[in-house]
Amino acid sequence: MLLIKCPYCEEERPELEFRNAGEAHLVRAASIVEQSDDDFAAFLYFRQNPKGLQFERWRHIHGCGRFFNAVRDSVSDKFLTVYKADEPRPNVEQLIVRPAASAESTEEPDAKRAPRAKKAEV
Amino acid sequence: MSTATHSGSNRIAGAGRLTPAKTVRFTFDGQNLTGLEGDTVASALLANGIHLVGRSFKYHRPRGILSAGSEEPNALVDIERDKSRKQPNVRATVQEIYDGLKVKSQNRWPSLTFDVGAVNDMFSPMLPAGFYYKTFMWPKFAWKTIYEPKIRAAAGLGVVPGEADTDRYSNRFAHCDVLVVGAGVAGLAAALSAASTGARVILCDEQPEAGGALRYESDVVIDGVAGHEWAAATVAKLQAMDNITVLTRTTAFGYYAQNFVGLVERLSDHLSTPAAEMPRERLWQIRAKKVVLATGAIERHMVFANNDRPGVMLASAARMFLNQYGVAVGRKVGVYTANDSAYAAAIDLKRAGIGIPVIVDTRDNPNSQIVEEARSLGIEVLAGHAVYSAGGKRRVSSMSIKPVRGGNERKVAVDALIMSAGWTPSVHLFSQSRGKVAWDAANERFLPGTYAQDCVSVGACNGTDGLQATLDEAFAAGGGKAGSVPATGGANWTGGMIGSAPGAGADTTVKAFVDFQNDVTAKDVRLAVREGMHSIEHVKRFTTNGMATDQGKTSNLHGLAIAAEALNRPIPAVGLTTFRAPFTPVTFGAIVNHARHDLFDPTRRTPMHTWHAAQGAEFEDVGQWKRAWYYPQAGEDMHAAVNRECVAVRNHAGIFDASTLGKIEVVGPDAAKFLELLYTNPWEKLGVGRLRYGIMLREDGFIYDDGVVGRLAEDRFHVTTTTGGAPRVMNHMEDYLQTEFPHLNVWLTSTTEQWAVIAVQGPKAREIIAPLVEGIDISNEAMPHMSVREGKICGVPTRLFRMSFTGEAGYEINVPADYGQAVWEAVYDRGKPLGLTPYGTEAMHILRAEKGYIIVGQDTDGTVTPQDAGLTWAIGKNKTDYVGIRGLLRRDLVADGRKQLVGLKTVDPTVVLEEGAQIVANPNQPVPMTMIGHVTSSYWSENCGRSIALALVVDGTKRLGETLYVPMPNGVIEVEVTGTVFFDEKGERLNG
Repeated sequence: MLLIKCPYCEEERPELEFRNAGEAHLVRAASIVEQSDDDFAAFLYFRQNPKGLQFERWRHIHGCGRFFNAVRDSVSDKFLTVYKADEPRPNVEQLIVRPAASAESTEEPDAKRAPRAKKAEV
Repeated sequence: MSTATHSGSNRIAGAGRLTPAKTVRFTFDGQNLTGLEGDTVASALLANGIHLVGRSFKYHRPRGILSAGSEEPNALVDIERDKSRKQPNVRATVQEIYDGLKVKSQNRWPSLTFDVGAVNDMFSPMLPAGFYYKTFMWPKFAWKTIYEPKIRAAAGLGVVPGEADTDRYSNRFAHCDVLVVGAGVAGLAAALSAASTGARVILCDEQPEAGGALRYESDVVIDGVAGHEWAAATVAKLQAMDNITVLTRTTAFGYYAQNFVGLVERLSDHLSTPAAEMPRERLWQIRAKKVVLATGAIERHMVFANNDRPGVMLASAARMFLNQYGVAVGRKVGVYTANDSAYAAAIDLKRAGIGIPVIVDTRDNPNSQIVEEARSLGIEVLAGHAVYSAGGKRRVSSMSIKPVRGGNERKVAVDALIMSAGWTPSVHLFSQSRGKVAWDAANERFLPGTYAQDCVSVGACNGTDGLQATLDEAFAAGGGKAGSVPATGGANWTGGMIGSAPGAGADTTVKAFVDFQNDVTAKDVRLAVREGMHSIEHVKRFTTNGMATDQGKTSNLHGLAIAAEALNRPIPAVGLTTFRAPFTPVTFGAIVNHARHDLFDPTRRTPMHTWHAAQGAEFEDVGQWKRAWYYPQAGEDMHAAVNRECVAVRNHAGIFDASTLGKIEVVGPDAAKFLELLYTNPWEKLGVGRLRYGIMLREDGFIYDDGVVGRLAEDRFHVTTTTGGAPRVMNHMEDYLQTEFPHLNVWLTSTTEQWAVIAVQGPKAREIIAPLVEGIDISNEAMPHMSVREGKICGVPTRLFRMSFTGEAGYEINVPADYGQAVWEAVYDRGKPLGLTPYGTEAMHILRAEKGYIIVGQDTDGTVTPQDAGLTWAIGKNKTDYVGIRGLLRRDLVADGRKQLVGLKTVDPTVVLEEGAQIVANPNQPVPMTMIGHVTSSYWSENCGRSIALALVVDGTKRLGETLYVPMPNGVIEVEVTGTVFFDEKGERLNG
């Protein structure tokens, strides 16, 4: 069971209090009616599901009830950071604590593991 | 009679630490036996001279006791307290005996000494590893009918109990600064050191008492006292401190993320008559800031022919049986070793008066002090020799010895054979924590390498050799200021061998067992490699080496070494199979814990529940809710009761408990704007005091929920949702409010349980409630259909809704939940003389279907749009945005050929369609037919005098009047497509 820090409560609480709410930074267009089929499909259906760092939403449903964002490594399950829903996407490069160089490391370079920007954001 | 005969003929007077006076009676396969309090089943059986305790998994070979601990692969027995409290595959080396304990051997028929299944051993050349993958391939049908049932019957060791477990299990969450796993010398020292800093410490050990190897090591002196005395004194010191919890009989079985560790504490398995309220086991879920692993090492057996004969066991086990339990494992005990540690066992046994005919050592020149000590006691040491085979069947009777480099064989008679191939550090929990193990080539062992969590390993599990070094390391790991303590003696964890011993090499076909529990021999591992299994994970699965209850604690490294040799690759290149939780088997009871029966899931009851129950209502489960389903009167079946209720509502009036409906209070200056975005309907212009039926979509355009919404003030809405949808609708609203529309000033509050809702429906509804209502003009003119007023009823504040889910004029009376039953009873008493009849959810379903009102989740399935459901009217035409607006514009959602909601009337009005039945246009087409829709709701309607149904049919609204067909097993049912309203099509009754 993970410990997750709620950025609103400002403390770590057990995973049982939280509910994952899918990928973060999906942007609902201001004039969604005029959105093209492709753009709407990207918003509605297409998700990154990366192996490695992912930006995702959580809700502290059995706590303060707030939705917030988190950066979590889907391989190690470790949270790099959490931040409030209205805060910008953090710079992942600065958050990664690089382990001492190891010859036997088979992990992909971090740059490859960071998620790409969403189509809707470009 | 001497105490020795009281508790078994092999009990050595003066040896061990059990009290000779405290005897315990138990049975083994019906035989009455006596042991001592503190004995395990294994030590008590050995004390009584019993070595044969079970039959092996595949070959049904006689098996005995290999170890004295939780790593035991062989001695699995069945323990029975009573019919429901029965457990198979209990390790005899772990289970403590108590008065009245019933132990049975497993996997034998008709008896342990004569077992028919043992013919498998004779036919073993036909049963090599993986034989069932190749043998049972044809004829194809035989797998399901013959092979699988037979294999299933033959597989497994124990028999599962036939009755539900009546034991209780408890659960505890705990936090600590330091969790120490293992209370051997390293764990005790680390705990003592950590506790001295004031840190909150939890120390656990799987054994009944602390001490680890100190319990059998006879030569250890710590801080001036014998090792086991130091352990006892240290535990006493720790228990006197209030910042440390010492848990014995407690196994740390799983190491999860962020230092979350699962423990099982066994509370009553060792007690003769546990108190009724006492839990059997307690599950501990511990979050530790730091974990100290002091899990020790596990001794390996020697891999040689017939090394599985009862009486062949680990040297450390023999030492434990002698020094802890006072039991001699034999009278003429042979020793076979590849390292020093078996010598200590031989010396202890010799000093206890046991004959040690010979120590066979594979090493050419063993010359340490302990070897000399053995020689000085007159024990013959044969260096550079190997045991090529063990003789005997149900008990070892001899050992055949040859020089490793060739020479004459010599046979030595023994009645027990103790062995040691060296020690395997127990890195199980370290590995579970996602730490990476590293290969220590010099000593041929895996040790903790890279740590993944805030965790440290100390002592034997860390490969630390020497007692003083272990104490120093453990005291330092605990973080205390006080230094270590002086110590002498103790075991050496290095040295020995892995893989097959001389005489069981690749050029032989002997049965030299690697994994006792799965009957895997050295040649099976080699066969797996020859068959192309080059990964250790494949070798494991092909041979089953390292599987089942012991998870290869004694066998994994041997198997790996043999595979590596056959592959001609270094051991680390072949790899190690992954260690997974649990470390030892955990009962389902401990995991399931309190979540059984009533505590499995909460039951929600409405404020009027006891009234319904008193009226004899049948209830149905709707999510977690218990809802009154129908109210049968004397002699009525469900059909009769429901018909009576339906007719009463339309002719007089009915009273219905609608309290389970979800309710959300939407408040704030932007409340109307928010609802505009969450529902398809327009809200800005809805007048205060008015109601509107709202539809909520997901972003994809499909119906998510529906419900009636009342505007109580400019800035206040009372929203209702479906019963099952309440939590998800609240979540959906919060999600949009917090993340998409945070600029809106709105507050959402779930009020589902704050309001009791009493629906009064029917032509006499107004007449019934009129005398009870205060401060509200409920005349048809002042309070028309779809309006809401606040006032009082029966002296209680109410939000009175004029609305209908039956098609009749009616009210939904919202009162604070605590007043629900009182108001209900007052309304019922007032209405009963006028024909007011309680009706349940079944009648409600029929009444609404007669009117074509949909139920979200029954008539919709997550792929239905408002247009499909005939609810286009509920979409605000001039709206520029709401959730789902873009989804509804998708090409497939506006194209022809969508399934649309229609009514169906069977041509024979007495036939009631089955819900979910498929609909076709032509019943004579070949199978598989083209299905064009399905029945979503179907009932007998007493009010219509016929059956009615709703269905989703392709282009349904264009098919009104068409005849379609519903093929069923007993024939095809002919139906006519109709509109969805079967009763009072004009809706005049609503305004009555």
